[in-house]
Amino acid sequence: MTSTTARPGPRRVPRWVGNVGWAVLAWAVALAFFTPVLWMAITAFKPESAAETWPPQFIFKPTLAEFRLAITGMGPFLVHSIIATVGSTVLVLLLGVPAAYALSVYPVRAWRDGLFFFISTKMLPIVAVIGPLYVIALHAHLLDSLGLLIILYTAMNLPLAIWMIRSFMLEVPNELLEAARLDGAGRVREMGSVILPVISPGLVSTALICMIFAWNELFLALNLTVTNAATMPMFLISSVPQEGLYIAHLSAAALIASIPVIIIGWLAQRSLVRGLSMGAIK
Amino acid sequence: MANVRYLSATRVFSKGAPPAVDALDLDVKDGEFMVLVGPSGSGKTTALRMLAGLEPIDRGGVEIGERDVTQVPPKDRDIAMVFQNYALYPQKTVAENMGFALKMQHVPRADRDRRVREAARLLDLDEKLLDRKPKQLSGGQRQRVAMGRAIVREPKVFLMDEPLSNLDAKLRVQTRSQIAELQRRLGVTTVYVTHDQVEAMTMGHRVAVLREGRLQQCDTPRQLYDNPVNQFVAGFIGSPAMNLQTVPLTDGGVQLGGTTFPLPAAAGAAAKQAGLKELVIGIRPEHLHLADGSGELRGEVLLVEELGADALLHVRLAGAGDPVVARAEGRRPPAQGQGVTFHVQTDDVFAFHPVTGARLAG
Repeated sequence: MTSTTARPGPRRVPRWVGNVGWAVLAWAVALAFFTPVLWMAITAFKPESAAETWPPQFIFKPTLAEFRLAITGMGPFLVHSIIATVGSTVLVLLLGVPAAYALSVYPVRAWRDGLFFFISTKMLPIVAVIGPLYVIALHAHLLDSLGLLIILYTAMNLPLAIWMIRSFMLEVPNELLEAARLDGAGRVREMGSVILPVISPGLVSTALICMIFAWNELFLALNLTVTNAATMPMFLISSVPQEGLYIAHLSAAALIASIPVIIIGWLAQRSLVRGLSMGAIK
Repeated sequence: MANVRYLSATRVFSKGAPPAVDALDLDVKDGEFMVLVGPSGSGKTTALRMLAGLEPIDRGGVEIGERDVTQVPPKDRDIAMVFQNYALYPQKTVAENMGFALKMQHVPRADRDRRVREAARLLDLDEKLLDRKPKQLSGGQRQRVAMGRAIVREPKVFLMDEPLSNLDAKLRVQTRSQIAELQRRLGVTTVYVTHDQVEAMTMGHRVAVLREGRLQQCDTPRQLYDNPVNQFVAGFIGSPAMNLQTVPLTDGGVQLGGTTFPLPAAAGAAAKQAGLKELVIGIRPEHLHLADGSGELRGEVLLVEELGADALLHVRLAGAGDPVVARAEGRRPPAQGQGVTFHVQTDDVFAFHPVTGARLAG
């Protein structure tokens, strides 16, 4: 007996129809998300003339010409992106772990207020504050600098990171912390020898999500940098000329820009799933 | 090696709520194996954690080796604890788990390794296992690592919080005797918490029965069994449980099983003095002796549980009341529905106050 619902009379529709239906739906959704990316990847190898045609061409002579064009001048943008992303993520982890600790393992008295404050900063539309941010950056002589981007990306990702790291810390069994206390571990030891090893998959997934957000961030970079700190998203925008065909060129550039994130995600997918579902299974 | 003393130790979790542990006074002698036993919510685990320093003591205090440790942090109390779920550090190897406390105490590496190896040998833990991580071990092995972690510290007191509850029945019986033997060999004062009265009876030198935060009786297993101080202890210790029934009291004795049954002299006098019209009597299953029609108590068999060596008869005695359980010979028990009679010796009958539960003329 496998039926879980009590239904009067025999089933009107055979069971396999439901399963096939779900499978079709799942495939449809997956394809809907994947097709634009696939299209971008294919278009990157097309010569410009064949890129934007209707009906779309699937058979063409692949060329690396657009890639060559895209790569020239990409260097500085790539370096800036890497520095801003890695720098801000490291800072996020260094600040986020102690903050999450103070909100979970040994909560401070006003932890609920602190938590809400962090999340409330994400409720603010970035467009509303870009003006004041610009003025502050101007007066602090930070305009068009990587330092500014690192600070802002850290601030942008910190609330989410604190929430995520906190939820992982809450999963550490209380008994484990008590055993460490009994064994004579002080706070630093407790953090280093007990808490961090247990939540390390969670830390990896937090770091990855922060890197993805920082890498793809456009609005702040566009408004607060020009050349010295311009990042990859800005490079992609600059590939769009005022006139002329550009789809193939843009596709090539976008493909290159996506590759680091895709690689990171691929390498860490297992840790990502484990980290994100850490609380679900004991 | 030290004695342990609870001095009216009290713990209240939230203001206005009844205390989780209510003025506990307990003396554990040096080298003694003391078992704290009781149902859920009796405060036994809380009492253990108060001794460990994981739970603050709101009133009263606790001493280890004549030294007041009420305000002393856990790591300075010279104790070691075995947790119910073992609490092994998942990222460390078995050897690192067992040596962690020593590392915190800055014991040199050579000494650490030696002590870890000795403890492993004492617990029959294979040397090969020392380099494995906890998740590669079986439940029984993990339990021994948890014990090894405690042994290695050579503390004054061992604290154990239901260490056998996660093991299967067979392993539990095996490990029970191993722990008792180990404690005998090491001679370290041990405070052991369990809800299983069989563990309490078989392992403890003395057993403290707790209920709703209050100590009911602290005695040797034999004394608890033969001389329970109140109805709760009488019904808690012994399996199957003592038969307890409220019965009316008359001049000749109590009305039970269709007959008037005399009480032991002291109990009868105490009941009369208290002016009781009814009381609770308790008879252990093995004291209801099956008699071939000549017994004083009559009843009808409702159910027979055959255990092999014994049989447990669920009997409804004449004169209503709840069914009682009697222990009989396993080979040819009476059939269901059969009428039976029982013989009980007067001295095997316990009498308890119907309201307070206190034993009459204990």
